[in-house]
Amino acid sequence: MALRTPLYAAHLRHGARMVEFAGWDMPVQYAGLIEEHQAVREAVGLFDVSHMGEVVFRGPRALAALQAVFTNDLSQVADGQAQYGCLCRESGGIVDDVVVYRRSAEDLLVCVNAANRQKDFEWLKGHAGGADVSNESDQWGQVAVQGPKALAVLKRLTTTDLDAIKTYRHAPGAVAGVSCLVARTGYTGEDGFELFCPAGQAEKLWDALIEAGRPEGIQPAGLGCRDTLRLEMAYRLYGSDMDDEATPLEAGLAWVVKLDKGDFIGRAALVKQKEQGLSRKLVGFQLTEPGIARHGHPVVREGRPVGVVTSGTRSPTLTTSIGLAYVPPALAAVGSSLAVEIRGKPVAAAVVKTPFLSRTGR
Amino acid sequence: MNIPDDLKYTKDHEWARQKGTRVLVGITDFAQDQLGDVVFVELPAAGDLVKRGESFGVVESTKAVSELFAPISGKVVEVNDPLVEAPESINEDPYEEGWMIAIEPSDPSELAGLLDAKAYQAHVDEQG
Repeated sequence: MALRTPLYAAHLRHGARMVEFAGWDMPVQYAGLIEEHQAVREAVGLFDVSHMGEVVFRGPRALAALQAVFTNDLSQVADGQAQYGCLCRESGGIVDDVVVYRRSAEDLLVCVNAANRQKDFEWLKGHAGGADVSNESDQWGQVAVQGPKALAVLKRLTTTDLDAIKTYRHAPGAVAGVSCLVARTGYTGEDGFELFCPAGQAEKLWDALIEAGRPEGIQPAGLGCRDTLRLEMAYRLYGSDMDDEATPLEAGLAWVVKLDKGDFIGRAALVKQKEQGLSRKLVGFQLTEPGIARHGHPVVREGRPVGVVTSGTRSPTLTTSIGLAYVPPALAAVGSSLAVEIRGKPVAAAVVKTPFLSRTGR
Repeated sequence: MNIPDDLKYTKDHEWARQKGTRVLVGITDFAQDQLGDVVFVELPAAGDLVKRGESFGVVESTKAVSELFAPISGKVVEVNDPLVEAPESINEDPYEEGWMIAIEPSDPSELAGLLDAKAYQAHVDEQG
């Protein structure tokens, strides 16, 4: 049986259609994917992301220990800041992509993907480096309130100075009387907050947000639109766009790999790969003929398979057909023409700039 | 769930409606609801032959791809081309505006072998 988040009953009350995702019974949609997608882009949406995992590093060795398994550089962020990066294997392959919330040098919370909860905890525990590493996944509930009106809604429920919490910052705060870690992070490309709360209080928090957000038209938003929202921003999804074989350099995440910060697991392999050059790169593409590309569709050029689609959808905002694919570096430049083989037929595509949705173009 | 009495149905959630010598085909209200917002549809061309139980096209929502199965065999004599530009008609009006193809049956007795509204309702309830 699939696992249930503390918000399972709330989803049923809102008429959600439930699906199994990464072993969890999750809402894929409520009112409808496109309506929810637009609510997040134009107003505000509320997501249950309690299926995400939380692994905490504590103690005098916490920062150094995490630095040794994380590709980005946590010494460059202040207490109260968050940072995105990867955990890598010795081979450079990605164990997971995670956000680390630095509460202090001796207390860092790692937010991991739902599908990787156990794998990540075992990996991190196995490389604890003298830190106290605990899996707190079951203790935390997590809701994401996302959209241009998220701030206005949240302000009604807290005395915490939200304006002082800039993008990728966080602070402890009470929201609707529930003690939270209030983080200005998300996976939608919109302004918004992720609220980490005690699992037992998640429903109280959820209900308060739904109530407080009525004037802004807050909508419960499911995994369906979470996927289209993140893909419009070309945010990678572990398990679709990356796995234990792919390296952050191949996945277009070089910007979160700090090779000069000191040693970390996977560094040597990544240095070598950088020197030798990549054999594949993740790029954004747009179909220039009708169709929708999906995960696993072959990318072809002149009739030969040259790559594979890792994510694809019709963009609700742009109303074009977009996706991410691994292709040889020679075909990775913006403007390169490719084809995606959809049900045996080649459909023309072009490599385009990402994010697909630009802030300035809106 | 809207299941009109005067139509015939497949277990794959297509409907068929006799109209003169032709049979119109689409997907049911249940099917469109399960699928979510339809954003793409791929249909055969007029003149193509379709075979009962075999795929004649595809509907895609943002999230999922679903094949369309011919309720009866025959020749496609007309295609609802406006659906390509306005696939949302399938959600909004699955039994009228959302029709997909018109088939000239090769074996008119096949239609009688499909589910009636009551049997289809029972089939949906089982899946429910």
